[in-house]
Amino acid sequence: MTRDTLDHPGLPPAPAHHTTPTRPHRPTRRPTRHTRAAVALLLPFLTLFALCFLAPLGYAVHESLHRTARTGPLGLGGEHDVFTGLTNYTHALADDRFLTGFGRVLLFGAVQIPLMIALATTLALLLESASARGVPFFRTAFFLPYGVPGVIASILWGFLYVPGISPLVTLAQTLGWNVDFLARGTVLWSIANIVTWQFTGYNMLVLIAQLKAVPSELYEAARIDGANAWHTARHIKLPLIRPALTLTCVFSIIGTLQLFAEPMVLRPLASAIDSGYTPNLHAYSEAFVGNNQHLAAAEAVLLALAACVLSFGFLRLAGGHGTDRR
Amino acid sequence: MTRPPARYRIITATLLTIAALYFLTPVYWLVISTTKNTADLFGTFGFWFSRHPHPIDHLTAVLTYDHGSYLRWFANSLLYAGIGATTATLLSAAAGYALAKYAFPGRETVFNIVLAGVLIPGTALALPLYFLFSEMGLSNTYWAVLLPSAVSPFGVYLCRIYAAAAVPDSLLEAARIDGAGEARIFAGLGLRLMTPALVTVFLFQFVHIWNNYFLPLVMLSDSGLYPIQLGLTSWTGYADRRPELYQYTVGGAFLSVVPLMILMTVLQKYWRTGLTDGSVKA
Repeated sequence: MTRDTLDHPGLPPAPAHHTTPTRPHRPTRRPTRHTRAAVALLLPFLTLFALCFLAPLGYAVHESLHRTARTGPLGLGGEHDVFTGLTNYTHALADDRFLTGFGRVLLFGAVQIPLMIALATTLALLLESASARGVPFFRTAFFLPYGVPGVIASILWGFLYVPGISPLVTLAQTLGWNVDFLARGTVLWSIANIVTWQFTGYNMLVLIAQLKAVPSELYEAARIDGANAWHTARHIKLPLIRPALTLTCVFSIIGTLQLFAEPMVLRPLASAIDSGYTPNLHAYSEAFVGNNQHLAAAEAVLLALAACVLSFGFLRLAGGHGTDRR
Repeated sequence: MTRPPARYRIITATLLTIAALYFLTPVYWLVISTTKNTADLFGTFGFWFSRHPHPIDHLTAVLTYDHGSYLRWFANSLLYAGIGATTATLLSAAAGYALAKYAFPGRETVFNIVLAGVLIPGTALALPLYFLFSEMGLSNTYWAVLLPSAVSPFGVYLCRIYAAAAVPDSLLEAARIDGAGEARIFAGLGLRLMTPALVTVFLFQFVHIWNNYFLPLVMLSDSGLYPIQLGLTSWTGYADRRPELYQYTVGGAFLSVVPLMILMTVLQKYWRTGLTDGSVKA
């Protein structure tokens, strides 16, 4: 789709110097002035980005490659960092509980993410379809849980999971159905439910934002061509919101790897959740309970690496960043 | 526009209603439970009122408990989320616009680094950031939460997508021919055309900061600087010894969800603004 050429056919073709071969006809009449403007606009963001993203990342890498050494008799002479190479990493990767936690969140993501994205896509398409009534109400209702903090959401659902307090368990029991949301085999999926409840509406809004970016002429054209609502959704809307779908999947992958607040809050209620239930819980315990910040740093770096590998892998699978349709 | 067949409208309404029930049930439980004291919280059916609902008394108790620390936390949350989200939105708008509308050397590199920033788990950064801020004397201050909150790589991503689609090059060229400077074009044209995306970025970032737990947990030790999240979990920590804190936690949770509900309802009209309402089509 080349909107530009459709929108303003009267413009003379812009001189195309030093642009990449894949992107012809981009107006670059005053390259130095443009570069200066771009730098000025980017600088405030990039400064804070360097302080709050790049600097701590470098620091974490540094920490992970060192260990604390004590000097003097009985180690009372003071502490300093000693370079240890990859020792912290081999320790982390040799820890069964850390690896089991990793496997657990991968399984979690493989099941929960497709379900949640499918639900979010369905709701977005329904709300944007001509058949929907009361759209503002439903959109707010679906998005509302995103405004409930993860800790609060977990406390809320925790009340709805615990037998004796939970009206859900009471209702299920009167129907003759004996459920235990917090058993060893089910608690992971009870956490999946909390995450789905919280983030479906968020993903739905990202998808709706992209749906709204589709020129309405396209829908009109499809309608005139005799496409029904299902065909329009399947063959026009879905392919066009592919970039947003990719984005929401990548966010979900990162969020899943970071799983922390939900198992943390449910831990007193479910004996199946231990201090290494998720990689993040393991790293956190390592830092604040085990007091081994260097190992925790190595685990944090491994977590960040896993997030990058998985999400860039997913982006490649999905076919590029999908930002330029022009 | 012809109306879609009744069959479609009924199916759509049914599916939307089922979904709404799922998403609203815990919120409904929260509203009901706010009217109960700790004993009724544990002793009565969760989806209906107890015999003596006292919502006002309970919420007043939440607000006045421990010399009004809840109000203090509430104000802190508003400060973090309000200032943080406003700054993040403006910085994202400028950066996203620059990445979408200017061809300059290194553009894709910058964008990929920012994208990598989206992909880094925030919890992996919080701990090293704390050590860094400690050395700079920034930890346990408002800045410790405000500065990281003002950075939104996702906002930059969204603004770039949006600016690429909604800010026509022809309009920028026309403004340049009229002699407008780049700063004025961005502030006058770019920001205006990007408004729907900016509302989205602001809303997402506001909620993100409001809900953030890990960063303030690591950064702040002075309970006077706590946002609501941290304050409420400090209450649940004592609830075993002081059972009335269960009911205060529920009431506090309710009060913290209310501003988000208001914010989303008020901003509803901005969602209606289509991305293609640009001025170039006229």
